[in-house]
Amino acid sequence: MLEIHELFAKVEGKQILNGLNLSIKPGEVHAIMGPNGAGKSTLGNVLTGRAGYDVVSGEVTFNGKNLFELEVEERAREGLFLAFQYPVEIPGVSNMEFLKASVDARRKHLGLPDLSSFDFMKLARECSQKVSLDPAFLKRGVNEGFSGGEKKRNEIMQMMLLEPGLCILDETDSGLDIDALQVVSAGVNAMRDGARSFIVVTHYQRLLDFIVPDYVHVLANGKIVRTGDKELAKELEAKGYGWLEQESV
Amino acid sequence: MSEQVESLIRKEYAAGFHSAIESDTLAPGLDEDTVRFISAQKQEPEWMLDWRLKAFRAWQEMAEPTWAHVHYPEIDFKSISYYSAPKSMKDRPKSLDEVDPELIATYEKLGIPLHEQAALAGVAMDVVFDSVSVVTTFREKLREVGVIFCPISDAIREYPELVKKYLGSVVPQKDNFYAALNSAVFSDGSFVYIPKGVRCPMELSTYFRINELNTGQFERTLIIADEGSHVSYLEGCTAPMRDENQLHAAVVELVALDDAQIKYSTVQNWYPGDKEGKGGIYNFVTKRGVAHKNARISWTQVETGSAVTWKYPSCILKGDNSVGEFYSVALTNNFQQADTGTKMIHLGKNTRSTIIAKGISAGRSNSAYRGLVRINPTAEGARNYTQCDSLLIGDRCGAHTFPYIETKNASAVIEHEATTSKVSDDQLFLCQQRGLDAEKAVSMIVNGFCREVFKELPMEFAVEAGKLLEVSLEGSVG
Repeated sequence: MLEIHELFAKVEGKQILNGLNLSIKPGEVHAIMGPNGAGKSTLGNVLTGRAGYDVVSGEVTFNGKNLFELEVEERAREGLFLAFQYPVEIPGVSNMEFLKASVDARRKHLGLPDLSSFDFMKLARECSQKVSLDPAFLKRGVNEGFSGGEKKRNEIMQMMLLEPGLCILDETDSGLDIDALQVVSAGVNAMRDGARSFIVVTHYQRLLDFIVPDYVHVLANGKIVRTGDKELAKELEAKGYGWLEQESV
Repeated sequence: MSEQVESLIRKEYAAGFHSAIESDTLAPGLDEDTVRFISAQKQEPEWMLDWRLKAFRAWQEMAEPTWAHVHYPEIDFKSISYYSAPKSMKDRPKSLDEVDPELIATYEKLGIPLHEQAALAGVAMDVVFDSVSVVTTFREKLREVGVIFCPISDAIREYPELVKKYLGSVVPQKDNFYAALNSAVFSDGSFVYIPKGVRCPMELSTYFRINELNTGQFERTLIIADEGSHVSYLEGCTAPMRDENQLHAAVVELVALDDAQIKYSTVQNWYPGDKEGKGGIYNFVTKRGVAHKNARISWTQVETGSAVTWKYPSCILKGDNSVGEFYSVALTNNFQQADTGTKMIHLGKNTRSTIIAKGISAGRSNSAYRGLVRINPTAEGARNYTQCDSLLIGDRCGAHTFPYIETKNASAVIEHEATTSKVSDDQLFLCQQRGLDAEKAVSMIVNGFCREVFKELPMEFAVEAGKLLEVSLEGSVG
């Protein structure tokens, strides 16, 4: 599904990714952990094509397509989804209008007709209930006045609506209390269907108790320095990252 | 930010064509003879000519205002033609069948069908082409309920008592430089009278079109809502694309008598000039209404066109409990400049006013909100709420806010809120990451920003306004 080969990338002139390799097959959940500044969030931003994140060299294919030949919105329509660490507000644009437009854009790409407003409403209500978000939020401005936890749940709801092939969760657990964490995790787990893949970026092992990964990668100095299963996360929780950073130098 | 946002604001001005219509156009120049010529063309009574001449003499003594936050080369008022009318209008066509088909085709191209059966249901329209009114639809039907809706030049001849009483009663001849010029040389515009207690059964609308080169348009609109009546009125306007600047100096007067309500909406789409700032309309407009006891005047404007806009639709809240409202979206792109806002003059007791102004600047444009809230000593218990929001697209444009508040009554409650924000890269990225292209994203963000104002527009026009913003923003991201 996703093949990353020797990826080097810069942010504001500073080299952040240094020859990263990663292969993700359909249905897999990969957790990416690592110390601050290791390049965890950069990876998600580079893959989705955010302005200011410049690819220096390397190759990434997504569903067999060269990812870097696609525009930001084309990557999204192709099924690449980023759940933001800090979702921004868009005042005055209703969540509903925004979500309908994005779902229709994805459907158009897949050769499907637009959803009727009625069908969309129904779907949106179902999804909002799955993440315990009051359907009244659909009428509010995108993330406008939402609490931190509501914003994160809104992200997961969008993910459910768009049904992407690969979901990148960028520190979705940050700022969540334990109840919200469970709700969000349950939402993600419900979307694990054997075909959809996930990259879960996190600082803490805690999230991985709820979303159990197939692989855990440690990112340090812009490349993966260690790969293991969920036990590696526990080891990191106990020992910290220092010993791995030492090894990678 | 970003070339991204930069290149999204660039679409063709769709109304920029010129119609090949033979016109009688007065040679450029401005003196008393010009005023006499216009008055004679309109077959006006003596009192009207005297009124115009008084205005002209006053104008000659006045100086062009320079306080606005706009810059443009000095206007040579003698190089402008002050009257232009299609030749075919000379014999005053009695019905639409006698109107030059080329004229009808022009409006069809602009999306405005003139035949009543094809017209927007529930909208009566007066159509002004350069200096004359071409046709007024549903005039007879409105007459059945006592509503007068006709070109102001007809009203001067047919309803002299009403015109004499109210013309200049809200915007006096000497009010300001452009109003004085307009009073001297105005050519056409709309006249509306709603009798006591009548709720006007249709939306009334005037569509202004400048076609002829080097011609100024000076329209004059007078709306009188008698006691307890209601009316909703909309104006729209376009002009061909030209390298030369053209002048448009209008005056609109609203009179809302006791318990009356006037809702006046504008969708202003004069040619804004090209990407380099060449050409475009200079739009210097005076709009003002007087609200008597318990009356309500509501101005809603969507300003997307013109090279330079200078415009402050205002309310004089004369009667007790009267209400004034101003809802505005002003969008400037490329090299456009807008200095617009409102004046709310509170005279009566318990008068209330609301101001919601949204300014959007893109390209290298500049937009300014300028607003005055004045509470007179007599205005016991007056209230005002002002909200002024600016949205910047790109980093070469400017937004400015000049609020003036003068209170002479301690019981007044005045609130003022102002914000400035940018269409951020983060907002754009969120939209694109959800599969929307950058252009759709910007227009969605801008529409969201304008929502509070758009909901005040009559329904048919709210959709139009949204589309217009999209067109005006094209190329601002990319």
